[in-house]
Amino acid sequence: MRSLATDAPDGCLLQVSNLSKAFPGVVALDDVSLRVKRGTVHALIGENGAGKSTLMKIIAGVYTPDAGELRLRGNAVHLSSPRQALQNGIAMIHQELNLMPFMSVAENIWIGREPVNACGLVSHRELRRRTRALLERLGVDIDPQAEVRTLSIARRQMIEIAKALSHESELLIMDEPTSALTERDAEHLFAIIRELQAQGKSILYITHKMDELFEIADEVSVLRDGRYIGTASPLDLTRDELIRMMVGRELSQVFPRAPARAGAVVLSARALSLEPQFYDISFDLHAGEILGIAGLIGAGRSQLAKALFGLTPASSGQVWMEGCEVKLDSPRAAMSRGMAFVTEDRKETGCFLGLSVLENLEIAVLEGDFVRCGFVRTRAVTQACAAMSRLLGVKTPDLHERIENLSGGNQQKVLLGRWLLTRPKILILDEPTRGVDVGAKAEIHQLIARLVAEGTAVLMISSEMPEILGMSHRIMVMHEGRVTGILTREQADQVKIMDLAAR
Amino acid sequence: MPQALAQRTVDARSARRARGFPPEASILLVLIGLALTFELLGWILVRQSFLLNEQRLVVMILQVSVIGIIAVGVTQVIITGGIDLSSGSVVAVTAMVAASLAQSSDAVRAVYPSLTDLPVLVPVMAGLAVGAAAGLANGTLIAYTSIPPFIATLGVMVSARGIAKWYTHGQPVSMLTDAYADIGGGAVPVMIFLGTALIFHIALRYTRYGKFTYAIGANPQAARISGINVAGHLIVVYTIAGTLSGLAGIVTSARAVSGQAGMGMMYELDAIAAAVIGGASLAGGVGRITGTVIGTLILGVVTSGFTFLRIDAYYQEIVKGAIIVAAVIADQYRHRASRKRA
Ligand SMILES: Nc1ncnc2c1ncn2[C@@H]1O[C@H](COP(=O)(O)OP(=O)(O)OP(=O)(O)O)[C@@H](O)[C@H]1O
Ligand SMILES: [Mg+2]
Repeated sequence: MRSLATDAPDGCLLQVSNLSKAFPGVVALDDVSLRVKRGTVHALIGENGAGKSTLMKIIAGVYTPDAGELRLRGNAVHLSSPRQALQNGIAMIHQELNLMPFMSVAENIWIGREPVNACGLVSHRELRRRTRALLERLGVDIDPQAEVRTLSIARRQMIEIAKALSHESELLIMDEPTSALTERDAEHLFAIIRELQAQGKSILYITHKMDELFEIADEVSVLRDGRYIGTASPLDLTRDELIRMMVGRELSQVFPRAPARAGAVVLSARALSLEPQFYDISFDLHAGEILGIAGLIGAGRSQLAKALFGLTPASSGQVWMEGCEVKLDSPRAAMSRGMAFVTEDRKETGCFLGLSVLENLEIAVLEGDFVRCGFVRTRAVTQACAAMSRLLGVKTPDLHERIENLSGGNQQKVLLGRWLLTRPKILILDEPTRGVDVGAKAEIHQLIARLVAEGTAVLMISSEMPEILGMSHRIMVMHEGRVTGILTREQADQVKIMDLAAR
Repeated sequence: MPQALAQRTVDARSARRARGFPPEASILLVLIGLALTFELLGWILVRQSFLLNEQRLVVMILQVSVIGIIAVGVTQVIITGGIDLSSGSVVAVTAMVAASLAQSSDAVRAVYPSLTDLPVLVPVMAGLAVGAAAGLANGTLIAYTSIPPFIATLGVMVSARGIAKWYTHGQPVSMLTDAYADIGGGAVPVMIFLGTALIFHIALRYTRYGKFTYAIGANPQAARISGINVAGHLIVVYTIAGTLSGLAGIVTSARAVSGQAGMGMMYELDAIAAAVIGGASLAGGVGRITGTVIGTLILGVVTSGFTFLRIDAYYQEIVKGAIIVAAVIADQYRHRASRKRA
């Protein structure tokens, strides 16, 4: 371990000065300076597209800045690759998952650093042992030999965290590590962060969840539109003051709950099962209501959503819509009945990364009025997509930008827009505001409330307790593939939900 | 602040300009560069102009028309993230079947003695049907089993070549009707090539078929969730590619006024090369017909340029291979540059 003596005189591990970075059409960072002290958790907040990830990627050697300087332990450094950053003691957990789906957990974590035995071959036993020890420390129960593609997204996030931890680096960058985790896993992560902090390591932590700041951060820096706004201790600021720094205006924090004016039943599920994912699920969904689904990782919530949308149909049970039993055996069938599905995994099942924002928005509505004799009516479609993108406030230079180049939260907005364009009667949302900033989150909540007021039925899976409690009219709680209770808005509170989810 | 804003608008404008610059432009420059190189070498080595010879240009395009027709189909397959190795063999089968139905009554030992002097539409439709059937086989295998496209079309490639040989036990089919031979005469193959290119250029850019093709290549899972019938669409794409190979087989046999089981040997590789030189990415989601047309012309220029300079066929192949690899490297470099912009 490098000694403290080599630090800059003021105990500053990393100093970023006057950093700028532009991409075609956007100035992502504009003269940003930042200091990270040793042994602290330094949080970084800002709206979607504020430049947080870009700044972190520069520190982790992914991008090279257009101007500015990085000083590590007082010495100027040039990081031209993530490898070089790692050698300098900087590891990063990226916002999007970067694992190899067909390789095992252990291979993913130790790739390029596999332990070798006496013959110079990879020692699989040692590999497993190390992986098990690492995962134990994180408090997760994952088989080191499992193929990554078989694991849920939350599990994969834990593996990313384990991978970054395994480098034993001095500065650990975490870009929205909890966006895919439930509160319990997040608690584990916080415990580890405190442990690392006690060992004198520094953590740069990006989040859109305000509560986390007050829980773990020693310092908070705010970015807005690529510019540095300020740094403070979360103890000196209120939540509202922080939000004002982020968005530059006042923001209502109340959830726009649509009045409980539930209409007719639009979908009823009866004894749906798909073993071993979920068993015997029954519920009714009314027009004009939000039915929240709460539960821990592995509770089968996303599997249920996929089954309803016809992706992996249930093996037994019935679904009734408008008085008839329906067979939802493909997404097409579900869509023709007015269903829409925003999936939880942006990168794998959501975005067409190589295609433009426009192509990503339009893909689910290429029918009816928008197509004539197979020809897409480009002007009409483009207008509709532009209107949707404005409605959601997607931050992009124009609709022909590749979606890959948008910030994570803006990609999420595009995916939501894709499905809103289909004017669904039943909207299934799996973590709809994952990675979306507070301002945009409030806007999306407002939008959902408006749709619901117009009679749309919403099935919303969310691991964010405030979102579930704040938005839902009723809350269905799942535990290990079974429904353990359906609470009304009045009955529900955090304790009851956690109780039902973890029983 | 106003200055920063102004800066932003300027950046946005230059970005739009950069994006407005079609990706084919760089490959078009390669084509022009190669043509001019041969022109220069022509004056130095053989004291003739390469380009100012109408006949040579016609022959050059004629030679690659067949490859071009196949490449139009292969490009679409590559955009879906797949590959089609069967094209060359399908050319052979269709050439045999179509020729056998296009024999004139002068034929000494006709394949079907009772079916001679048929109207030209019969062999043409039969050829297209054979091509479509081969494409359907490819598509069905790929859509409904988990066999990767490389293996599925490799299987069809081997079998189709076998069928072509078995069809007449290796005997060539000759003495075709004049009407049939006309399909390969004059500039007709060039017209067919440019016609199919135009049709599928429009289909890929302006129709739902095209949008779905790109979406499937970019992310098949997301495509399925967006309501696209991925399996059905893949079958359509492979069937189109097979039909175009069939069309290429018809043109090939008409040009040669005979059908032979060895026709179309390695055409699939030239077609893939044309698509990839033209900017199609084997990772899927990327590719354009205009690029493929330019890629085809590059292959044509190289072939006829070397013949013009009277350089050995061996060298031709060596250089052709190098050009293909160089084009792909250049393409990857361009991708990386546009992705990182760092
Ligand atoms: N590779 C890229 N090419 C072009 N533009 C980019 C690229 N990466 C980021 N941008 C742009 O830079 C800006 C800042 O993006 P960044 O990802 O840093 O935002 P962020 O603060 O992390 O947002 P989020 O909270 O949504 O993750 C955005 O406008 C984004 O579109
Ligand atoms: Mg980000």
